[in-house]
Amino acid sequence: MKTPYKRKEYWNEPTLTLWERAYLPEILRGLIITSGVFLRNMKRWMTGKKGALTTYYPEETRFDYAPLNRGKHVLTQRPDGKPQCIACNMCATVCPAKVIEIEAGFDPADTAHPKYPVRFEIDYSRCVFCGLCVEACPEDAIRMAKETPGLPAEDRHQMWLTLDEMLTWKPQNDVAKPYPAAGVRKIGGAE
Amino acid sequence: MTQDLIVYLVFIAYAVGMLMTFGTVLTWVERKQAAVMSDRIGANRAYVRIPFTQIKLVWLGLFHGIADGIKMLVKEDFRPRTYDWYAYAVAPWVVFAPVLLVFAVIPFGGMLDPGRLFPSLAEWFDGRTYPMQIARLDAGLLIVFAFSGMTIIGAMLAGWSSANKFSLLGGLRAGSQMISYELVMGLTVLGLILIFGTVDLGSMVQQQSGVALGFLPAWGVVYQPFAAVLFMTAAIAENKRIPFDLPEAESELIAGYYTEYSAMKMGLFMFAEFIEIAIVGALFTTLFLGGYNLPYMNDAGFALPGGATLAMSHGAVVLTQLVVFLVKVMLVCSFQILVRWTLPRFRYDQVLSFAWKFMLPLALVNLCVTAVLVWSHQGAPL
Repeated sequence: MKTPYKRKEYWNEPTLTLWERAYLPEILRGLIITSGVFLRNMKRWMTGKKGALTTYYPEETRFDYAPLNRGKHVLTQRPDGKPQCIACNMCATVCPAKVIEIEAGFDPADTAHPKYPVRFEIDYSRCVFCGLCVEACPEDAIRMAKETPGLPAEDRHQMWLTLDEMLTWKPQNDVAKPYPAAGVRKIGGAE
Repeated sequence: MTQDLIVYLVFIAYAVGMLMTFGTVLTWVERKQAAVMSDRIGANRAYVRIPFTQIKLVWLGLFHGIADGIKMLVKEDFRPRTYDWYAYAVAPWVVFAPVLLVFAVIPFGGMLDPGRLFPSLAEWFDGRTYPMQIARLDAGLLIVFAFSGMTIIGAMLAGWSSANKFSLLGGLRAGSQMISYELVMGLTVLGLILIFGTVDLGSMVQQQSGVALGFLPAWGVVYQPFAAVLFMTAAIAENKRIPFDLPEAESELIAGYYTEYSAMKMGLFMFAEFIEIAIVGALFTTLFLGGYNLPYMNDAGFALPGGATLAMSHGAVVLTQLVVFLVKVMLVCSFQILVRWTLPRFRYDQVLSFAWKFMLPLALVNLCVTAVLVWSHQGAPL
């Protein structure tokens, strides 16, 4: 007769040794481990070093953000310092949380890009940092820096990211995607 | 008469102030020690701003205790609609008051001679001396057990009167657990009573200032190392702290017997628990760690094992004893916090079988061995 299939038992058998079952020595070992960690960290604090893995937020920023981390939104700039944004509202349309508000302006002097954002604001109390705005942008005008934004605020009205703040980013330092030099025509850019 | 009154009022103020300070500071110590033990920073955001300036005092998060206290004082005192209001209102106090009363018999310093301390008052005090202890009672240790037994009633009252299943379960657990461990605790100190031949805590401490086996300080932990471990375990269980926090196991019973308590009533339970840490520390210090004395130290100064003596002035002795007692209590408290943040919680049946099948027999064995040894040494100093 065929033996019925026996399901394998996955839980661990109680394989404690007598020494472990005596309990007290193992407790002592645990206490030695935890107090060792305590003393090591205390020594670090006492000698002026940091005895914790925690970073103070928001006073400290972690150094080990991934390069592709979707953090604070930034607006890229033209060489003359004006935002590259053409206020097409694509990002605001695609945004699932509907947090981007753009008010377009008209600048007849700049014939190549007459439409520009007068107001470009993101409500960080509702932003989900999905990065869809970056993907939707036809002009590579909005990107996400790897640093996290300074989110903590006393109330939600202080959590709006304004145009001035988004323009503080220095695009020249961006190595991954070099900023097009002046005069170089962008593919798919304005005629 | 007036002198006695003044001295004892000072003692009471000192003891109550010390316990309250311990209760408050231990909340901070617990947070910070746990944080350092687990590579964290710990609570450090509460601050006191100096008025009219922007200087914010953080002081390593010491003000979190104050913030907690204020929060508890101004919170809504929520009460369930179907509750036994009298027992419900009395229960926190039944838990809190005995915890403070236990300290009355614990000596926190040696003999105080105010006349020698303040020579200008020598005439008024007329050579009176006072042991630094609120109540010098013959029944010292019995009082400790009588009062700490009363907290069981408070916990069970709270659990019963809240009209809540979780509270009731917590109260039942608290009752059975505390009664079991009370027994173990009593049996472990019986060995010490046999050795010192007294239950008066003051004279116990005085006997511990001698020398045992020629060089060791005659502390209780030297005579009864096994009982010291058992006592500590039973005391932590009695105080319902992790790994024995079954009565208030959050994952099973929400908050156990004080689920239905809020605001300062709940604060009293918490405060009582933290003061009890200090009480356990003080008891352990007094019984096993030589109380307020440094090794080889007595009320006159140091008597080193080689026969050399070192006399100290009365003021220096009193100050040393007060400070040494506080430091020892703090160290024992810190050890309890270390245990609390190291061990995982027992299962409920394990807690009780641990008490009745493991610790009680061990305590009895310890007692028998001690009795035989004391009997064989009868007449000769141990």
